[in-house]
Amino acid sequence: MTINGWLQIALFCAIVTALVRPLGGYMTCLFAGERTFLAPVLEPVERGIYALCGVDARQEQHWTGYAAGMLLFSLASVMLLYALQRLQADLPFNPQGFDPVSPDLAFNTAISFATNTNWQSYVPESTMSYLVQMAGLTVQNFVSAAVGIALAIVLVRGFVRRSVSTIGNFWVDLTRCTLYLLLPICAVATLFMVWQGMPQNLNAYVDAATLEGAKQTIAQGPVASQLAIKMLGTNGGGFFNANSAHPYENPTALTNLVQIVLIFMIGAGLTNVFGRMAGDERQGWAILAAMAVLFLAGVVIAYWAESAGNPAFAALGVDGGSGALQAGGNMEGKEVRFGIANSALFAVITTDASCGPVNAMHDSFTPLGGAVPLTNILLGEVIVGGVGAGLYGMLLFAILAVFIAGLMVGRTPEYLGKKIEAKEVKMAMLAVLILPLSILGFTAIATVVPAGLAGPANAGPHGFSEIFYAYTSATGNNGSAFAGLTANTMFYNPTLGLAMLIGRFLMIVPMLAIAGALAAKKAAPAAAGTFPTHGGLFIGLLVGVVLIVGGLTYFPALALGPLVEHFAMNAGTLY
Amino acid sequence: MVSQIRPAIVMLLVMTAITGFAYPLGMTGIVQLVFPDQANGSLIEKDGKVIGSRLIGQAFTDPKYFHGRPSATLAPDPRDANKTVEAPYNAANSGGSNLGPTSKVLIERVTAEVGKLKAENPATPVPVDLVTTSASGLDPDITPASAAFQVPRVAKARGLPEDRVRQLVESNTEGRTFALLGEPRVNVLQLNLALDGLPVR
Repeated sequence: MTINGWLQIALFCAIVTALVRPLGGYMTCLFAGERTFLAPVLEPVERGIYALCGVDARQEQHWTGYAAGMLLFSLASVMLLYALQRLQADLPFNPQGFDPVSPDLAFNTAISFATNTNWQSYVPESTMSYLVQMAGLTVQNFVSAAVGIALAIVLVRGFVRRSVSTIGNFWVDLTRCTLYLLLPICAVATLFMVWQGMPQNLNAYVDAATLEGAKQTIAQGPVASQLAIKMLGTNGGGFFNANSAHPYENPTALTNLVQIVLIFMIGAGLTNVFGRMAGDERQGWAILAAMAVLFLAGVVIAYWAESAGNPAFAALGVDGGSGALQAGGNMEGKEVRFGIANSALFAVITTDASCGPVNAMHDSFTPLGGAVPLTNILLGEVIVGGVGAGLYGMLLFAILAVFIAGLMVGRTPEYLGKKIEAKEVKMAMLAVLILPLSILGFTAIATVVPAGLAGPANAGPHGFSEIFYAYTSATGNNGSAFAGLTANTMFYNPTLGLAMLIGRFLMIVPMLAIAGALAAKKAAPAAAGTFPTHGGLFIGLLVGVVLIVGGLTYFPALALGPLVEHFAMNAGTLY
Repeated sequence: MVSQIRPAIVMLLVMTAITGFAYPLGMTGIVQLVFPDQANGSLIEKDGKVIGSRLIGQAFTDPKYFHGRPSATLAPDPRDANKTVEAPYNAANSGGSNLGPTSKVLIERVTAEVGKLKAENPATPVPVDLVTTSASGLDPDITPASAAFQVPRVAKARGLPEDRVRQLVESNTEGRTFALLGEPRVNVLQLNLALDGLPVR
């Protein structure tokens, strides 16, 4: 670990913190239906969209109507994306002449992008045409992110509205989020990325004659436009197989910094939206503070573990120390321009948010370094989290936290003046429990059936970690991987697809039910006995609930994978 | 539910038109005008032929060139499409080794690399990035430590004084951005091009 490394990490934290209020203010206006400074350009487009779709923008929906719209839209998305992949050979923008994608892979990919997971069982640069990358994957990157943000806003509306039966209009929230928030930021980010060296073209792959006279085929494509939304929308699906480790997809240290800021900015800003809508910004800062505690703990562990490196290398006389001439540490699966600090930081951020791009290969991290991204996803990706998904996930934990606090003192729990009763707690538990059921259930099956055991590339505990990480990433809608796992098979494609559907929709529907139930309640004024939800005690309680629910549920599985491997590595055992 | 079928389908089509065509194609048009070099892959041409990209590493094995890091990229086996063969720096199939820290395969590979490098320069410890594969398999850079390690070999193969080669490495070393971001690095392809450009004695 170096001072320079910590300074880079501190700079990242400062930038994200500085963006929280401006972005929070902008998003609050946006979802309250107010005019923004982009209205002169975009309002005609917005009105045109409503007219085409036959949507009355003033007509709000009951939570069941909102959920139905969201589910129908997701279904249409999956079908269109599946069709595009199956038909790509006969459609334009396919300069490399790729064949149709196989049915099981197309199914997996369609679900993966429509659920904001972006798990990739394929090598993009040898599988997907430019048309699928743009009109299929990029579109889903936008709309699945917008859906996530809309759902978080809906839950917040549930808390702050009183005695009403509607929670907003799905089509309006989706349109406004895409047009006024995601598109403008992505357009600017694309320009920046290309300036720094990222390709953006529709050319066929380039054949270069190298200095030593060999032929090198260099993949091209519209990389920057897809990368911008992949980060901002916490989607994570790489244009290239190596994702943000590929020098074309993350050419410089500066693009790396901007990419990690893009991942966190909306998620962090949404906590401020929550505070503003609740009429007390401190409520938002409290949520963000709980997230920050968990984030920093992850960074410290991952940075330390990766800096320490692999003792087996040191035994061979390899110089892994950090100094002026090299970053040292565990450089297997890492890029020189990022070194250790930026690789560890990126791994923590990408899994805190349900984003999932990588700038270093998590599979080659040290056992404890690799356990941090895994644990981040297991905790429910509530540490800033996916755009929208992080906030609504954390608010579900907040409901449990006030419920537990209420039990301890024997009072009916309240949050923001709303009584938390049996229905809300049941729904929150349902949403929280569905994740371990999918993760541990599928992992258990995959570790006993031969088709599952054929997947891991590494033997021993690391092979178990590869399977465990895959179902964790799919269920958590993250999309990053211990990528040694051969997942493009008739066993993994469908089961991972199913895990993604469960993790997305079986969590969203109970969450929307909570939003609907809360909106219908009256608000009780705060009294002397009300547990304040903006102070240190609440932050500590919230962190505790997240860690206990995540820790106790998954500790046995973590012990079988990363922990066993850590002790094996230090004892010099190889597999 | 039924009343929402139309918006679901039309909305998806409209969003596809805006974010799937207008946005990427519009951005392509703009950057092709403003940043044509970067937008087309930062390619390097020599005598009218593309010899590579500034951003993409190349495989070097000749002792007179600086070598990049080991690369774990693969290519389809020409004899059996279901299998793959090693193809270092295959820029049409990026990826890392994905070997975990307790993998026998990894340690055997590193042991072999260390052996080769120690034979070449026994006096200096082997820098870790020179025996580990990068995440993309296309890492264009090595650390200044790895460049320094290779100076004696390159100087000998070219019949140049070591100081001259060392000077060239230094002038091709890129520091941290704003003295803060990233890590110091040496672009291997650009360094080798500079070497080839030196007057021959």
